[in-house]
Amino acid sequence: MITVDGLRVYYRTLKGDVRALDGVTFDVRDGEILGLAGESGCGKTTLGKSLIRMDGRMKHVAGTVTLDGRSLPIADDAAMVPFRFHEVSLIPQYSMSALNPTRKIGRMIRELLKARQAPYDEQELHKRLELVGLGVETLERYPIELSGGMKQRMVMVISTLLNPSLLIADEITSALDVSTQKAVATALAGFRDAGFLKSMIFITHDISLTYQIADTIMVMYAGKLAEKAPAKTMVTAPRHPYTQLLLNSLPEVGVRYGQRRLAGIPGSPPSLLNPPDGCRFRDRCPLAYGKCAEEPPPVEVEPGHFVACWKA
Amino acid sequence: MRRYFGRKLLIYGLTFFVAVTINWMIPRFMPGDPVASMLARANVTQPAAYEAMRSYYTGLFGLDQPIWQQYLNFWGRLLRGDFGTSIYLFPTPVSTVIKGAVPYSIGLVMPSVLLSWVVGNWAGAIAARRKVLDNTALPIGYVLTAMPHMWLGVLMAWGFGVILGWLPIAGGYSFSMRPSLTWAFAWDLVVHWFLPFLSLFLIALGGWAIGMRNMIIYELESDYSNYLSALGAPQRLIRRYAFRNAVLPQITGLALQLGVIVAGALVTEIVFSYPGLGSLILNAIKNKDFFLIQGAFLFIVLGVLIANFIIDIVYVVVDPRTRAGMVAGT
Repeated sequence: MITVDGLRVYYRTLKGDVRALDGVTFDVRDGEILGLAGESGCGKTTLGKSLIRMDGRMKHVAGTVTLDGRSLPIADDAAMVPFRFHEVSLIPQYSMSALNPTRKIGRMIRELLKARQAPYDEQELHKRLELVGLGVETLERYPIELSGGMKQRMVMVISTLLNPSLLIADEITSALDVSTQKAVATALAGFRDAGFLKSMIFITHDISLTYQIADTIMVMYAGKLAEKAPAKTMVTAPRHPYTQLLLNSLPEVGVRYGQRRLAGIPGSPPSLLNPPDGCRFRDRCPLAYGKCAEEPPPVEVEPGHFVACWKA
Repeated sequence: MRRYFGRKLLIYGLTFFVAVTINWMIPRFMPGDPVASMLARANVTQPAAYEAMRSYYTGLFGLDQPIWQQYLNFWGRLLRGDFGTSIYLFPTPVSTVIKGAVPYSIGLVMPSVLLSWVVGNWAGAIAARRKVLDNTALPIGYVLTAMPHMWLGVLMAWGFGVILGWLPIAGGYSFSMRPSLTWAFAWDLVVHWFLPFLSLFLIALGGWAIGMRNMIIYELESDYSNYLSALGAPQRLIRRYAFRNAVLPQITGLALQLGVIVAGALVTEIVFSYPGLGSLILNAIKNKDFFLIQGAFLFIVLGVLIANFIIDIVYVVVDPRTRAGMVAGT
């Protein structure tokens, strides 16, 4: 169980702080897959990175993260080390190049486990490789000898080898074609069912893919939570105008778009360097009115369904 | 594997052919007549004797034949291991002259190349680790690598030889010594070898250190390093991986730099009057000694090609990606 409370993480730049993550509160229960969706720059990747390893430009400003009752020292790089891999793990966006090109994969895994003082359980590793359709002989190969999809699955197996409590999957399907995307997403859900990981945050900009595996979907906009709801509710009855427009801009199967133009959301997200007060979606929102100049707090409109909008 | 090396050998063979041909051409396109300058040295005054000697030597060196015939003769003799006779050190065969010089050149170039490469990579990798070291090592590296060989050579000869008087500044061994298998002579060799070695070593060192420092920093930013960091791998492991990957371009760099290093070694030898191929080539050019120039360059070409071939083999051993390419038959 992971609880994130009021998390603010800014990027330090020469012009000032970019408020990429500006007060986000949510939790993920054990066995739950949280789909984190939103357009580029909404803070979803920043959130994912904050939970495992902040880069040098990121600054933890406020908020706490609690994992299984223990506080995660996310701002302290050294103190985070014991949690990484063992408790919190990551499947990165760049799986294609995540493996050292000059080491055989099996040897790399052994060296990594040894360095992390974790036992090397060969049988378990073989079992998991077979589960994702990789032969045992893959361990004797160099990354260059694997296809993109194979590397992706290899990284999935490595990242979850120590049965982490939380797995962060960051845009892992972006580089894959549609048929492989589905297979990867299903495999990850299978990992959860097999108990290789307790909970997962699945970050993507593809809301329809999220719907296929996530239990809960959280939509972010400009560094803030817009709406969080069970997957079914989110797709069938979204309450936040941004979510509604986002879902409307998805193509539907069976509709010929020669006749009907695909709707988009006019405008672009505000700059996070000096974000405007009040609701950040105000300028693009068709429903905006006077009250939107005040910031809307996330409100639980029904059990498990949070919306940050005055109109909801 | 066989196909890969077969193709490599073919390329090296072609390179050898072209290089040797150019070596043959260059001295012949230089202005001046070698036989005339040889006779000028001999102070022949009688016109009849001069003419007789001129035609004798021109025939002896085969210079009276048409140029294409000379070229074919040259290859014919070369394949029989005959490099001709030196004009400037007449009548010593070129092969004997070169045999005397090659050990000095190899003894100078090999240790300085290998040591500067090893030490430079090591220093660069350490510099990439700490800001303070980086701020001092980087400017020093740039200054070293930008130094012309003759300038540093002269500076060191002046500093250590003339001012401090610690080390001799010229020759391969003292004039008072005869080459022999004694400790005294060996020590004398080392003392004479040290300054030219040091100047070659220092200049090459800077370049390798800068290259390694940049490569390590690049590798530490790479995806596989980030992934390992995210999984909490210790810096030691990440640096080891980064080093292994960063060394690959340095090996390629070594192959590319060999020619430059050899040229630098020639200049250094001349500065220190070191009796290697460099001094030999300078004298051969001064005296328009076609055969000696050809022979000396031939050895340099051979040396560079062999070194490149060895580096090719080393690269196959250390980089799995080249091996993967060979299996695919590309």
